[in-house]
Amino acid sequence: MPLPIENVDTDQIIPARFLKATTREGFGDNLFADWRYDKEGNPKADFVLNNPVYSGQVLVAGKNFGSGSSREHAAWAIGGYGFKVVVSSFFADIFRNNALNNGILPVVVSDAFLSELFASSDKNSQATVTVNLETQTIVNNETGHSESFEINAYKKACLLEGLDDIDFLLSNKDKIEAFEQQRAYAY
Amino acid sequence: MKTLFDKIWDAHVVTTVQDGPTQLYIDRHLCHEVTSPQAFAGLRARGLKVFRPERTTLTADHNIPTMGQDKPIRDQVSRFQVDTLAKNAEEFGLIYYGLNNPKNGIVHVIGPENGYTQPGMTIVCGDSHTSTHGAFGAIAFGIGTSEVEMVLASQCILQTRPKTMRINFEGKLNAHVSAKDMALYMISQLTTGGATGYFVEYAGEAVRNLTMEQRMTLCNLSIEMGARGGLVAPDETTFNYIKGREFAPKGEQWDKALAYWQTLKTDEGAAFDKEVTFDVSQIKPMITYGTNPGMGMPIDGTIPQLEDIDESGKISFEKSLKYMGFAPGEKLEGKQIDYVFLGSCTNGRIEDFRLFTEYVKGKKKADNVTAWLVPGSWKVRKQIEEEGLDKILEEAGFALRQPGCSACLAMNDDKVPAGKYAVSTSNRNFEGRQGPGARTILAGPLVAAAAAVNGKITKP
Repeated sequence: MPLPIENVDTDQIIPARFLKATTREGFGDNLFADWRYDKEGNPKADFVLNNPVYSGQVLVAGKNFGSGSSREHAAWAIGGYGFKVVVSSFFADIFRNNALNNGILPVVVSDAFLSELFASSDKNSQATVTVNLETQTIVNNETGHSESFEINAYKKACLLEGLDDIDFLLSNKDKIEAFEQQRAYAY
Repeated sequence: MKTLFDKIWDAHVVTTVQDGPTQLYIDRHLCHEVTSPQAFAGLRARGLKVFRPERTTLTADHNIPTMGQDKPIRDQVSRFQVDTLAKNAEEFGLIYYGLNNPKNGIVHVIGPENGYTQPGMTIVCGDSHTSTHGAFGAIAFGIGTSEVEMVLASQCILQTRPKTMRINFEGKLNAHVSAKDMALYMISQLTTGGATGYFVEYAGEAVRNLTMEQRMTLCNLSIEMGARGGLVAPDETTFNYIKGREFAPKGEQWDKALAYWQTLKTDEGAAFDKEVTFDVSQIKPMITYGTNPGMGMPIDGTIPQLEDIDESGKISFEKSLKYMGFAPGEKLEGKQIDYVFLGSCTNGRIEDFRLFTEYVKGKKKADNVTAWLVPGSWKVRKQIEEEGLDKILEEAGFALRQPGCSACLAMNDDKVPAGKYAVSTSNRNFEGRQGPGARTILAGPLVAAAAAVNGKITKP
C-alpha cells in the first residue's frame, strides 16, 4: 500500500478525538480517518486505502513517518487495520518503539530504494515486496532489487520468539533492587 | 569527559542487554487519562502491582472540559476515561490530582510547579512533550502505553542510547522575541526530523539568560524536531526555582541534593555526535505557515516557492499549503484570523499570561476573534488572579477558562471549526490537530496577543 507523503504525523494516523477508548481494540477502523472519510463518514475515493486496486500487509510511506505524539494508538490503528510492516526511509523514534512493542516491523530503507518502491507501485498497482525478518532483507519484487535493514538483536528476538519485555524487566528484579540500594544519589 | 546527558544516563543504568537496549531506572513517572488505561489493564491481566507507587503521579488533563469542571463531564466516553484513571489510582494506590484538585493541571505544568521535577532525574510520561522537564537538567522523554506498563511494573524501561547533539544559542535576544520564537526558528532550520535519534543539550548565553519557564518552552518543543528530548544544565536559575516547592528536598536533604546537582554539567571538551550554533540576533517573532512545526518563518517573511522544496517533499508541501489555504510566495502579515489560543504545556504558564496581558492591557479584543485563554494548571490560574491579570484581561474583552490541554489537541469541545484560522501558542499545527479542518498558525504569546487585539497577523 503506497503512501508517498512525508512527515505523516500521528494525528493523521489516528486523530485525537479517537483516543477516548480504554482498550486497544477498534482503532483500525479510524486509521487515517481524516484522509480516508469525508465529513459524513463516507470513504473518499482518492485516498489509497479506499482504492480497491491496492491491498496488502505492507504500508510504504514517505520519510519521517510517525512524527508527533507518543500515542501508541497510532501503532494499534496500523496493526488493527492489518498492516504487519511499515516501510519508510525514516521513522520518528517513539513511533518506531511503539510499533515494535506491538509486533509491527518498521523497515528503514534508503531514499533511493523508497523512491523505486513508489515508482514500481505507480507502474503496477499489484507490485509486491518481500520482507524477511530473519535475514533482515527487503526485496522489491518488481525490480528484483533488495536491501538489508537494521533491527536490534533483542527486538528481533522479541518479534521472532515472542519474548515479553515485562517478563524480561522483572527477571532482573534483584538488579533493580540492588541499583536502588547502591545508587550515588537517590531521589 | 562526559556530557550532561551521559552523566545522568550512566547514573540510571540497571543493566544492558547484549546487542540490545539498556534497562534504565526511572525516578519519576507521570500519567494521564489518555495513554494509561490499557497499561493498567495490562498490569491487572498479569496480576501485578505497581512496583514503586510513590514514584508515579496521575493527573487528568487531555480529555477534560475547560468550563464547568465542577459538574460531571458531559461526554460519556470522556467521563468514562477520566473515571477509569481515578479508579486505577485507587486500586493501585497512586497519587491522583483529579478535576477540581488544587494541584490539577497539565502534566508538564504540575510536575515542575510542585517540585516533582528535579535535576539529574529520569522522567517519563505517556506524552511526547515530557521533554519539557529537561529544562531542569533531567533526562525526560515521552513513551508509549506498552512502556507505561513497563514502568508501572518494574520502574524501568528498555531504551537504546540516543546520540547526543548540542545546540548553542549565542548572543542576546531581540525585543519581543521569546523562547517560543527560538524554538520555532530552530525547528525551521533543522526540520521536523532533524534531531531524530538524538538527545539535545541546549547551551549558550541566550539559554543561560532564559527563565525556567522559558527553558521549559524551549525543551518542550524538542520533540517537534524529532529529538528524544532536550535538556539544559541546571544553574542558580534552576535551584532558585525549585527551592521551597512542595516535593523539593528540604533542610539537610536540600544541601545534599544541591551538592549533587552542581556536578550536573557537560565537562569541558566532552564530545557530542553533532553540534549546531545559532546567532539569536537573527531571530524575529516567528509564525508557521504549514502543517508541521518545521514550516516556520519570521512574521514578516514569505512562504517558500515550490522550486525551493526538495523533489521528494513537493507533494507534501503542496498538500500542506492547500490545507492551509495559502499560496507559495505569499506573505502572512496582515492576514485575518478567527481564533486565538493561549495555553498548553508549551505556553500555559504564568509568564506567558503576563506577556499576553501586558500587550492587551488598555486595548480591546478584535470582534472577529474568538479567544481561548486556558491556564496550564489551577496554580497558574490562581496566580493570574492574585496578580490581578484576570481583571486586565476582562477589561480587554477576554475571559479565563479552567485548566487542561484544551485546544492544543482538541480532544474536548475546544475545537476550531473547519477552515478557520487559529493563532495558537501550542506545539503542533498538524492537519486537524485543533479540530477537523482547523488551520493552525503556531506563535508565541506576544504574537498571539497582537493577533487577538488586531484580528490579524501583526508584529507585536
